[in-house]
Amino acid sequence: MSATTRLAVLGAALALVATSGSAAFAQKKYDTGATDTEIKIGNIMPYSGPASAYGIIGRTEAAYFKKINDAGGINGRKINFISYDDAYSPPKAVEQARKLVESDEVLLIFNSLGTPSNSAIQKYMNSKKVPQLFVATGATKWNDPKDFPWTMGWQPNYQSETQIYAKYILKNMPNAKIAVLFQNDDYGKDYLKGLKDGLGQKAASMIVAEESFETSQPTIDSNIVKLKASNADVFIDIATPKFAAQAIKKVAEIGWKPTHFLNNVSASVGSVIKPAGFENAQDIISAAYLKDASDKQWDNDPGMKEFYAFMAKDFPEGDKLDGGTVVGFGVAQTLVQVLKQCGDNLTRENIMKQAANLQDFRTEVLLPGIKINTAANDFAPISQLQLMKFKGEKWELFGDIISADVGG
Amino acid sequence: MSAAEEVEVVTEGQAVEAVPKRAMTLGYGTSLIVLAVLILIPLFVKNFIIFQMTMLLIYALAVMALNILTGGSGQFSLGQSAFYAVGAYTSAILMEHAGMNYALTLPVAGIVCFGFGFLFGQPALRLSGVYLALATFALATAMPQLLKLGYFEHWTGGVQGLVVTKPDAPFGLPMGQDMWLYYFTLAVSIGIYLASVNLLRSRSGRAFMAIRDNEIAASAMGVDVALYKTLAFGVSAGITGVAGGLGAIAVQFVAPDGYTIQLAISLFLGMVVGGVGWLPGSIVGSAFIIFVPNIAEGISKGLSGAVFGVLLFLVIFLVPHGARQVAIIAQQLAAKLKKN
Repeated sequence: MSATTRLAVLGAALALVATSGSAAFAQKKYDTGATDTEIKIGNIMPYSGPASAYGIIGRTEAAYFKKINDAGGINGRKINFISYDDAYSPPKAVEQARKLVESDEVLLIFNSLGTPSNSAIQKYMNSKKVPQLFVATGATKWNDPKDFPWTMGWQPNYQSETQIYAKYILKNMPNAKIAVLFQNDDYGKDYLKGLKDGLGQKAASMIVAEESFETSQPTIDSNIVKLKASNADVFIDIATPKFAAQAIKKVAEIGWKPTHFLNNVSASVGSVIKPAGFENAQDIISAAYLKDASDKQWDNDPGMKEFYAFMAKDFPEGDKLDGGTVVGFGVAQTLVQVLKQCGDNLTRENIMKQAANLQDFRTEVLLPGIKINTAANDFAPISQLQLMKFKGEKWELFGDIISADVGG
Repeated sequence: MSAAEEVEVVTEGQAVEAVPKRAMTLGYGTSLIVLAVLILIPLFVKNFIIFQMTMLLIYALAVMALNILTGGSGQFSLGQSAFYAVGAYTSAILMEHAGMNYALTLPVAGIVCFGFGFLFGQPALRLSGVYLALATFALATAMPQLLKLGYFEHWTGGVQGLVVTKPDAPFGLPMGQDMWLYYFTLAVSIGIYLASVNLLRSRSGRAFMAIRDNEIAASAMGVDVALYKTLAFGVSAGITGVAGGLGAIAVQFVAPDGYTIQLAISLFLGMVVGGVGWLPGSIVGSAFIIFVPNIAEGISKGLSGAVFGVLLFLVIFLVPHGARQVAIIAQQLAAKLKKN
């Protein structure tokens, strides 16, 4: 090593010390809920009531943050995860949100679940300027940074999904006659809007039948029979698990053979396809963004192995086949990434700034190729999906990753 | 919140235990102390607690409305959530679509619900006891879906609900929105409470109670049973409607999912815990339905429902007449102490 290189190395080392030194001395900035040792995160989940099955998401998150804390926390700060039950009731959600913000003084509310509950607290959160981050609902309206700069979704929104189906139909079956079954609520209508927007001007001519149903109906058999009568060759099935299973069964029973598109909400093999019968579900098309824990092809995938290890060690009482655990794991990892990016500047403003500055971030439970990207005018973290077809007893992914960004 | 307790109450309820009208209210001294506490507390606590206290008063109003119906006239209702919802939506729609002042929407909500309750009372006349409870139960289960109907969506916002703007304190009073709303709610509640007490002491109140105690005897004395029964329904629905309107303003949001049968059962529970027929018990019952679920959740997140059930069971088992029984025991103790 010559003298000059030695000098250069020394110089580089000095420069390194200087920059890291300045980082260490950089002003630490905190808002309520963050200190040198702790970050308080609030959460609202339906642990009881009609949607209590989703409570598993909150429990997974709690287990994940505990794991992070046991490993030393984020930049030396432990996460204090405070999760309350709202029983899926909007007034209760308001009470719990206020309790979190005003009494527990959390830095932000993370992954609160349900469209009605989040709608109820959105205005409050934005007027208080407290982040309502990565809400657990697929409604499209969470991507509205102009009117609600403190609210952000996480999963692909419903409209993106049907837009992707529309793209596929326009490309592969331009003369299709489409029949749509949809649940008569915000979720069903959101999906329907995405489909119509995706088909554009051809929507009016291509959609030959629309049937809506209420979740209070015992069966949707008559709706399916009506749709068949329209002679459609494409069936778009926008229904929650129970009704989706009924639809799959009924379509096969009456000998209707359309190309069947099933929304991602009901793509679960365990709770929908299996009860409906594998033989009835062949060639159904759907879309996914997460790896399915029941799918053998991921058994040796490094990302899913990490997830399995987490479930075995940190959350043994949880069911890894329940889609909620995968979601909880992925969204918790995304939050950890945001907090890491924030460094020592844990103000609410910086949280939103960093949440809107995720670039090609991946949690390894996402399908290969899907990346999380946000920007100041794009509050839809995941907006890519991949199509899949049901073959035998499992979904087979096909085609490329398709993007669709839709704002609320 | 198991069905067992309700059934027990409902079946024995054919004749709700007769409460003398004097015993339905508090003495002056106690009333003043309670009032002073309610006025002073908000000055010392956080906004969140003030919000909770506002909800406490609002649910107390709704529980009291049910109490007038059940404790006063001996009729059952599991459909109070429907009236609450109609009141909430009336206020929300008038405020957001018609730009009406929040205070003015309350009487409208009350009148609309009075009409609604009065009309519902007509067919309900033919039913009594468990059958009436079931009929009102039907109303409560139907309501959230009616609110979602496409025909009304333009006004109700469908499943998305409506966001309501919270009012500021008027005349530049130096207090926050929460505190102002609390005092506003307190004033409304006191007004309605006094009116209710007077109603039960009046001729109409005596008619209600006569019907409760014995319908045949009441009609023999010349009480128009049909009229007073529907009237009781109307008054109860009207007060519930005002509570609903206040609730919409306090929560700043109305959506069908906020007014499910769960709410009706909660109100019923509040009435039983507070003591059937004892109006001041309403606030105790309201506190029970607001705070006990939180306590249960604090004890065990996964088993919050079971813990709540156990707590409820203890209350029903130890003090079957609710807060009224506790109050009576306290009174006797105080009397004893005085003697000594």
